[in-house]
Formats: sequence, C-alpha cells, structure tokens
Amino acid sequence: MGELKLPEIDYGALLPMLILFGAACVGILIEAALPKERRHAIQLSLALLSTVAALVAVILARDIRTITIGGAVAVDGPTLFLQGALLLLGLVSLLLIGERSLEAGGAFVSQAAITVGSQKDLRQAGSQPGGPEVYPLTLFALGGMLLFVAANDLLTMFVALEVLSLPLYLMCALARRRRLLSQEAALKYFLLGSYASAFFLFGVALIYGFAGGVQLSQVHDAVVTPERSQVLLYAGLALVAIGLLFKAALAPFHVWTPDVYQGAPTPITALMAACTKVAAFGALLRILYVSFEGVRWDFQPVLGGIAVLTMLVGAVLAVTQTDMKRLLAYSSIANAGYLLVGVLALNRDGLASTMFYLVAYGFSVLAAFGIVTLVRDADGEATHLSRWAGLGRKSPLFAGLFTFILLAFAGIPLTSGFTSKFAVFGAAIEGGQTWLVIFGVITSMLLAFPYLRVVVMMWLSEPGESTPSVSIPGALTSAALTIGVVATLALGVVPAPLIDLTNDAAQFVR
Amino acid sequence: MSNFPFLSILTLLPLVGALVVAFIPSRKSQLAKIVALGWSLAVLVLSIVMWIAFEIGGDRFQFRESYPWIPSWDVRFTFAADGIALVMLVLIALLVPLVILASWHDAEQTKRSVPTYFALLLALECTMIGVFAAADVFLFYVFFEVMLVPMYFIIGSYGGARRQYAAVKFFLYSLVGGLFMLAAVIGLWVVGGRTFDWQTLVNADLDTTTARWLFLGFFIAFAIKAPFFPFHTWLPDAGGAAPAGAAALLVGVMDKVGTFGILRYCLPMFPEASRWFAPTALALAVIGIIYAALLAVGQNDLKRLVSYTSIAHFGFIGIGIFAFTTQAGTGSVLYMVNHGLATGLLFLVVGMFVARRGSALVSDFGGAGKLVPVLAGVLFFAGLASLALPGTAPFVSEFLVLIGTFTVHKTYAVVATLGIILAAAYVLWMVQRTTQGTLNPALTEVPAMQRDISLREKVVVAPLIALLILFGFYPKPITDVINPAVQATMQDVGTTDPAPTAVANGRTAP
Repeated sequence: MGELKLPEIDYGALLPMLILFGAACVGILIEAALPKERRHAIQLSLALLSTVAALVAVILARDIRTITIGGAVAVDGPTLFLQGALLLLGLVSLLLIGERSLEAGGAFVSQAAITVGSQKDLRQAGSQPGGPEVYPLTLFALGGMLLFVAANDLLTMFVALEVLSLPLYLMCALARRRRLLSQEAALKYFLLGSYASAFFLFGVALIYGFAGGVQLSQVHDAVVTPERSQVLLYAGLALVAIGLLFKAALAPFHVWTPDVYQGAPTPITALMAACTKVAAFGALLRILYVSFEGVRWDFQPVLGGIAVLTMLVGAVLAVTQTDMKRLLAYSSIANAGYLLVGVLALNRDGLASTMFYLVAYGFSVLAAFGIVTLVRDADGEATHLSRWAGLGRKSPLFAGLFTFILLAFAGIPLTSGFTSKFAVFGAAIEGGQTWLVIFGVITSMLLAFPYLRVVVMMWLSEPGESTPSVSIPGALTSAALTIGVVATLALGVVPAPLIDLTNDAAQFVR
Repeated sequence: MSNFPFLSILTLLPLVGALVVAFIPSRKSQLAKIVALGWSLAVLVLSIVMWIAFEIGGDRFQFRESYPWIPSWDVRFTFAADGIALVMLVLIALLVPLVILASWHDAEQTKRSVPTYFALLLALECTMIGVFAAADVFLFYVFFEVMLVPMYFIIGSYGGARRQYAAVKFFLYSLVGGLFMLAAVIGLWVVGGRTFDWQTLVNADLDTTTARWLFLGFFIAFAIKAPFFPFHTWLPDAGGAAPAGAAALLVGVMDKVGTFGILRYCLPMFPEASRWFAPTALALAVIGIIYAALLAVGQNDLKRLVSYTSIAHFGFIGIGIFAFTTQAGTGSVLYMVNHGLATGLLFLVVGMFVARRGSALVSDFGGAGKLVPVLAGVLFFAGLASLALPGTAPFVSEFLVLIGTFTVHKTYAVVATLGIILAAAYVLWMVQRTTQGTLNPALTEVPAMQRDISLREKVVVAPLIALLILFGFYPKPITDVINPAVQATMQDVGTTDPAPTAVANGRTAP
C-alpha cells in the first residue's frame, strides 16, 4: 500500500466553475432562508453577478494552459474560449429568464410536477409568481457545461453531462403556459437523455477496457498503439459519440429537439439552443481531437454521413413547419450539421471555425428566441406561423430585427451567419471534406426557403384579425435582444477580432 | 486627382443617402423624394468626374484602393475599376436619378412608406456600385449577395399583383446561384493560396479539374443573375411584378452583374475552363436568343414582354463574350451599356403607360397613340432602339457582336441573326397593338390616359433618348474606355483574334 497522494489543484484554473457552483449552492440556501417575495430579485442578481464574476475569472485565467486536479480537468485554449462563450451566452439567457414584465410572475411556475389541469396547477399557472429556483438550476447547468468542455477524462465528462442535463430536464417542465406540452417535453427529454447518458457510460466502460484508463491522453496513446482490441475501441467510440450526438441534436438522435424546444419555456429553449450546443460540441471536439485523432479515417466518413443526414433532415423538415419554435428547432438541427462539418475538418482551422460558429450562432439564436417571447396574445406566446402575418406593419422594429436574424440564419453576408458558414466550409475544404461542403451549400438553399417564408409573412402579408400584438420588452429582454442583434451584426462586419481569438485558442493540451 | 478615393466614396455615398432618407418621417414624403433625387445626382456628378479622371490608355485597373478588413482570411476592401467597370458605374449613376424621378408617384399607390422606397433605391445603388467596383473576390461576393435584400423588399413591398411570389422566386433563384458561387469562392480561396486578391488569383496556377469545377460554380451564379437560358424563369416574374423603375434597374444594371462577372472573374481566373465550356455557353446563349424572342412575341403583359426581350439580348451578350474575339467582346460590353439605356428607357416608358392605364396588359390598350401621341412616340423610339435599328446605339453593339462572332463561329452567328428578325416582330407588334389601330373605347374612360407626357417624364426620357442617338453615331467615348480592358481580358483567356479588327483602329461605326 503506497501513500495516498493528493492531486495538485490549480484553483485559478478551476475558479470559474467554483464560482458558479458556489453561487448555485448559495442560491439554494437563499431559497430556504429568505422570505418569498424578496427572493426573485436577490436570486437574479446573484446569478448575474456570479456569471459575470466567472467570466472575469476566465479572462484572468486566459494564459493558463494546464491539466489539473489529477488529470480530470484540462484548462487550455479551447476550454477557456468555450467557457467564456458559455458564460456570455448564459448571461444573455439569464436576462431572458429573469424577465418578468411580459407576463405576471414571469415565464415559469414554481412546481414542475403537479398534475396538469388540477386546481393547484391552474392556480400556480394563473397568478402565482414563479419560483426563483430556476436561477440556481441555471447556474448548476451552466457550471456543468463549463466542466463538460474542460473535462479531460471520460468519467468527469459523464459527471458534467449529468450536472448540466438534470437541471435542464426540470426547467423544461416549468412553462407557465401550455403546461401539458411543457411536462411532456420534460419527460421526453429526460427519458431520451437518460438513454443517451447510459449509452455514453457504457461507451466509457468499453473504452476503459480498451485503453486501461479513462483519461483522454491515455485513450489517445492506446489508439495509436496497434495491437489493442479494435472491437472495444470502435464500439466504445460509437457509444460515447451517440451520447454526445444526442446532446448536440444531430440526426438521427435529434428527434427530441422539436418537441422539447416547443414545450420548454422559451427562455430555457434559448438557453438550450445556445449553451447546450456549445457544451456538446466543445466535448465532441475535445474527444475527437484529443483522443481519437488516430482513427480519424475510420470515424470521419461515418460522422460525415451523420452531418449530411442532419443538414438534410433539419433543412427539409424546417420547410414543413408551421410553428415558430419548431421551425427554429429544425433550423438549430441543421446548424448542428454545419457545426459538425467544421468539426470534421479535423485541423486547427476546423477547431477555430467551429468555436467561431458556436459563438456567432449562439447570439443569433438567443435574439431569435428573445423575439419569440415578445410576440404574444392573451394566451401567451403566439408561435403559430400564420399569427405572424403582417407583423411588419404592427411592429416594424421587432419584425425588422427578426428579419435581420433570419437573414443571418440564411447566411447573407454582413451577418455573422455568413462569416461563420464561410469559416467552417473553408476549414472543411482545407481538411479535404469538399463533399460535406457541397451538401452544406445545397441544404443552405433549402433552408433559405422557410426563413424567407417567415419574412414574407411578416412584411408582405396584410395583418389579419389574429395578428398578435408585440409586447414592449422589459429592460432585461431589451438588453438581451440588443446584445444578440449587435453581436450578429458585429461578427458579420468586423469578425477579425473573434477570428484571431479563436485562432489563438485553437490548441488542445493533451 | 487619381489618388482621390473615388470608388469607396462612390460606394458609400448612396448608403449614407439611404440612411438619411430612411429617417425622414413618412409624412414628409416630398422632402424624402427631393433628398433622394439630389443625392443620386451628386453620385452622378462624382461618377462623371471619375470618368474624366480615368486615363484612357493608362493602367488596366485605376483608382485602386485597399484597406484591411479580415486580416486572418486576407480579406480586404479593395476597389479598382477597369474600363468595363467604369462604364457600368456611370450607367448606374445615370439610371438611378432617372428612375427616382420616374418613380416619383409610384410608392404612394401602395399605401406603404414613401421614404422607405427611395431609401431602398439608394441602398440598391450602393450595392450595385460596390459589386462593380470591388476588386477583392470576397468583397464582390458580399455585394453580390447583399444586393438581393433591397431589391427583394422593393419588389415584395411595392410591386404589382404577384409581388410576393415574384419576390421570393427572385430571392431564392439568386440565392441558389450565390451559394454555388460561395462554394466556389471558398474552394478558390483554399486552392489559390488563401487570398482573395483578384490579381493573385488570376496568376494562380490551378489544377485543370479543380478549375473547371470552380468555373462552373461561378458560371451558374452569373448565368442565373444574367439570366441565361435555362436559368431565366425568374426574370419575367420579377420584371413583371416589380415597379417599373425598379424593373429598369433590375434589367438595366443588376442583371449585368452576371455578364460582368463572367468577363471579370470566370474568363481571367479560369481561362482553360472557359475555353472548355465555351461551346456549351454559346449554344445556351443562342438558344436563349431564339427561345426568349419567341416567348416575347407571345406575351400579353408589357412588363413581362420587355423582360423576355432582355433575356434574348443577354443571349447576344453571351455569344459576344464566349466568341473570344476582341470585336465581339467589345460589342458585348457596349451591348451591356446600350441595353441598359434602351431597355431602361423601354421599361420606364412602359411604366408610364401602366401607371396611366392601371394595367400592364397589351389587350387593355389599343390605339393609345391617339390619346397620348408623344408618349406613344417615345415608346416607338424605345422599341426601335431595343430592336437595334441602325442609328441607335444598340445597333452598333449588336453588329459588333455578330461580326465578331461570325469570324470564328459562323453557324452561331447566322442563327443569332434570326433573333434580329424576331426582335422586329415582338417590338413592332407590341407597339402596334398598344398605340396604333382603332382606339380602344375603354381607354377614353380612364382619365389618366388623357394626359400626355408630363414635364417630369420628359426630363426622364430625354437624356436616355439623346444618349441612344449619340452613341448610335459616335460610340467612340465608350469604346475607347472599354477596348483596352476587353483586350486584356482576351489576353487572359489566351485567345488571339483571327484577323485585325476595325475596332482596334478606332473605327467602330460601320
């Protein structure tokens, strides 16, 4: 029996995560200790402040390149960049989550699991202010995401996956309106998510059997050693990949996305569309680039097929949608396909461009869902497409902003959508994946149609009886919208600083 | 003087004007119109000064400016104009004020914001100037795509009966072409050494197969834009639904981006691929001439008829480009200018008829010359110019194209000549059915039809008529400017003329 050796811990590198988890725990204590009416403001401030503090910690740690806490966490360029991106996007999501002026009591109810339609449920959906538990939950989810993109061994990655997923499952069920849809979404997400987690864990076990360790560098060393069992390797890689592809909403593991995006409270949908995507792709990048780079010729065609399938499914099904949130869900699926094209470049440009794309898309999608929260009538948000007809006449400002975001999604130049597509496609051609780019271009054409249809609806149709009014956003939503739109424009017009940042950050430590 | 940043100012000036006009409140629509007109006249003056400053016989590209934009991708704001671009820039600057003046009352009939309409026209001018002035492939692409957005809203918001359908069709067609070009642009960037500089890319040594694929990517985009058969079906819809002034810009200038793009990008960058593709392009062009002319004969809608005549004319430009002789090339570029003047005039006059009658159908007119003799005379002149009557400018260009083509491709030239006969048929028959013959009694009941051409309309048509006659007898000012550029382009393609040409000696009028 040797001595038990304590691992070295670099607290500076871990500080962002520690801040978020600490603030989340404090948030729970506040729930227990403070009177109900004062909690909301305090919780919201705590969440925003801790996110900002974590962001500052990331910025302070920007030069750290280390593997710490016994090899469990790698803090390197991609980690810090993605953590910064997650915190920024999380901050904007928190602004949307914290908005209470659009609806009495906010977009959330306080208890998720009450039978829908029961007196108690009607009461809580009717007038009771929503529970502020949603803020600590968001912080836990964000903390999990930060750990997910930093995890340097597969078990830590699994723990992070669960930490980020469980709060999201719960928050999906908290929608104030259309409670049944919300609970259904949560249950679906939970069940399918659990399967995905199980797949992931099983894959980790197989890879452990293959490599004799779970650290990514150990796996890498085993992969480049020829005489190991290939069956364990491929089966393990496939299962781990399935777990990640599920979180990233890539076909054929995407089926939960439209239902969950539609049923979840819109601010949470925004959080998932922006941040979960960053986290899932961050982990996918790390696993593929750090551990399995040695078998790239084996997984590249398979994942390439998945990318093509995802782009096609997302684009084709987006054409047929009649609900705004589902439309944006399918669009996010297609965008996951474009991201995977960037990942599959498997070169430094691929890493840099994927990170650029994640940030650019995150801001645009937050702004898009932010506008969805504003278009409402007496029954809450009016998400059916036909209801958006003539919105340009009723509210030119918001229709104009939404049009701009849609043009960004369609990849028109001078928006971030164009620069990010250019970046990933350029990296993919560089990486020899021209066929993926061709499919990317074809699906972009298909995808332009649903976006354009919405633009036509808003501007060229006459407003009908049922065109809902657009609520005047409160300060928080206004801020979130402004940040999202300005970022979309800025990353389209002056993308150079962020491109340079991603290029500098695009180096994993092993 | 040539150090003055002409091109960037010429590009930005209309954009500033668009912003100014956009912020004029709707109730001050008269002010908006005057500001827009004044602004476009300022652009015209600047472009004329630029024409004077252009050194004939000097460098191929003049007024070169270059500023960094995205350094890590080597994207720069590089502007430079050769003779071809110069004449197109002046054509734009000339047409826009005329179109603004001609559209003076158009926007009021649509119940939509009048200042927005004129702001969109100026924004369109900015993008059109930018696309001809750019000498950086990325910058060109940006303008090429962004150009769609103002035109989309002009057609969709201010157009005729089928405006929504036409606007979406226009946007999707162009976007499809644009995305093919995007793939080619990215591919070119990767294989051409990660640069967008036009000169570097022209000198780059590309693999034959790659160059052919890239050529096709560019060519499809330009063929849709121009439009060449079989990519033409969007133009009659867009031209038919757009307000007459915007249609004049659409056909007179915007579509020339296609032919200009072939001359500036396809031919010099992919000379081998251009020669390889030339037989197909010639065949498509000749089919376009005959097919579109036949369809034009059968049209009952004036604006659609003019659109089809344009497709036929673009066929002539196409054979002139792909014949690869200096004579035919010069003829093509001259054709681009003359067609802008002639078809611009035709569209504007047709717009005056349509505005009076409230219908674009030929069958709704009949004997209109008895009510509005001067306007009918202008229509007749515009028609004659459009069918290339000797003495009008288009004759010179059509003749040059045909003899230039005849020296190398006798069959194509002979078949294309049939197009002239068909042109006489569709123009004369249209003029006869609308303005000659017995007076349609329904016309006498339309009060607006009793007003002959107004002073404002005279100011619109007079410069165009004067230029058409002037260049019909004395095209030297234009040919002097474009000839060196065309010769340089032909050198880039690597073809030599079969015999000494009349153009080279400065004798252009036959």
